[in-house]
Amino acid sequence: MAGEDVPPAGEGDSAGEGLPAAGEGAALGEGAAAGEAVGAVEAVFREERGLLLASLVRRFGDLDLAEEVTSEAIEAALRHWPAEGVPARPGAWLLTTARRRAVDRLRRDRAYAARLAVLRADAEREETVAPAADSAGAAELPDERLQLFFTCAHPALAAEDRTAITLRCLAGLTTPEVARAFLVPTATMAQRIVRAKRKIREARIPFRVPGPDELPERLPGVLQVVYSVFTEGYAASSGPRLQRLDLAGEAIRLARILRRLLPAEREAAGLLALLLLVHARRDARTGPEGEPVLLEEQDRGRWDRAMIEEGRDLVVRALTGGPAGPYGVQAAIAALHDEAADVESTDWVQIVALYDVLLTLTPSPVVAVNRAVAVAMRDGPGAGLALLDALSGEPRLRAYPPYAVARGDLLTRLGRAGEAAAAYRSALESAGTEPERAALRRKLGE
Amino acid sequence: MKYMLLIHSGAVDEQGGAPQCTVEDWMAYDKAVRDAGIHVSGESLADLVTATTVRVSPTGERTVTDGPFAETRELLGGFLVIDVPDLDAALDWAARCPGSRDGGAVVVRPVADFGA
Repeated sequence: MAGEDVPPAGEGDSAGEGLPAAGEGAALGEGAAAGEAVGAVEAVFREERGLLLASLVRRFGDLDLAEEVTSEAIEAALRHWPAEGVPARPGAWLLTTARRRAVDRLRRDRAYAARLAVLRADAEREETVAPAADSAGAAELPDERLQLFFTCAHPALAAEDRTAITLRCLAGLTTPEVARAFLVPTATMAQRIVRAKRKIREARIPFRVPGPDELPERLPGVLQVVYSVFTEGYAASSGPRLQRLDLAGEAIRLARILRRLLPAEREAAGLLALLLLVHARRDARTGPEGEPVLLEEQDRGRWDRAMIEEGRDLVVRALTGGPAGPYGVQAAIAALHDEAADVESTDWVQIVALYDVLLTLTPSPVVAVNRAVAVAMRDGPGAGLALLDALSGEPRLRAYPPYAVARGDLLTRLGRAGEAAAAYRSALESAGTEPERAALRRKLGE
Repeated sequence: MKYMLLIHSGAVDEQGGAPQCTVEDWMAYDKAVRDAGIHVSGESLADLVTATTVRVSPTGERTVTDGPFAETRELLGGFLVIDVPDLDAALDWAARCPGSRDGGAVVVRPVADFGA
């Protein structure tokens, strides 16, 4: 097939971005070039996979096709960049390559003939816009992810499918990672993702941002998705690393976009505030071996003061002008922690009160666990343990290690070492990351 | 893209009390659908007591029975096929349908497209 591997020079959508910048590769040594190129592809993939996919989905209106050609473009880059050098604008190279693959696919496949007509009309519109973005240089690809977010968070999809497909398509998580983030088996999650993609395609859920009248109904779903991306970044569900800062950073970036695009939405401010106030502790949250460090043991000097300041300003905005939303309340709790010099001087009374509000807004066993821990700080470990034990029948907490860890810690403080060890062993069974498991083994060794 | 709106009437009481929406509501909706140029087809169905069920066995034997009769509180009272660009548009038309109110529900189903 003509043009198999080289980005198009004749599609009309590639002025000046056709061939990779050959000189760049030559500057690197042969061996180094290969290594650098693979690294560059992976970095680009992480950074821009979602951008790429969103652009392609917007043009072709087909998620599966967009995913396929995104992967093909990545594979083409892996073949070509080591030999020819990394192009000056890797994202544009990938987009052009992927677009060309998609056009080829549509031409070969008669079933897509109708879609091709749509594509052409869309592509013509794109061309009139593209040059401005190109000359700007800094923004290599227009950010069209917001539309994909609203599609993936569409209410016609099952609630549990929305975050799954968003993590898969926009955060670039693998299906097992998505599964662990939601405490379900991988096969279950794979089914959900297939089901969601099928519905988007066959029921033709549109790729568009809802109008102002629809936005209040649709926004919470999107915020929830961003929050879930952050949670996955904050506590990786599996693998050697406890934190996935790239994902957390991506979630904050997306939250900033939402905040910027939706300045009147207090929960958009609340979400960004929450993410910043939690992420501000990232450096203190893990020890030298990558093990988790609990809030009370963290070196608060390593917290990111600038991020805390930004988060606190946003909390004020999130909590004024109307009833508080769940993100605003959680951000307020995070702010109380971030403002305290240590655990003893933390305002646990107010934190418990905020958890009470949160439980009425979003009843959930995980919130109840956090509230119980706060009550333990306010009233003593016995009071907290009683609340935790009352939650023992919750199915969602069975594979939720923080629940067992919290029980173990309170039992330890009560001097009930045998029961504490049993709780830690139970947490060990479901802990997803190696640092978490190591920390639990240390607790058990003590 | 074609979508079928399956219009399920709300709970009908023992006396067959109709939902609160009026004939005028339905006429206005029907006119709006036609004026928008999206109407493909649609019918409202006669009362369920007039329904007859046919089954053919593997040996070709035909069984005709009276009914079915409502076992659930929601009855299919009619359908509408519309041609609109995407699901959001179909959902908007479903939300405007009088049958979606007063305990009724409209189920939106894409019509399978076996062509190109």
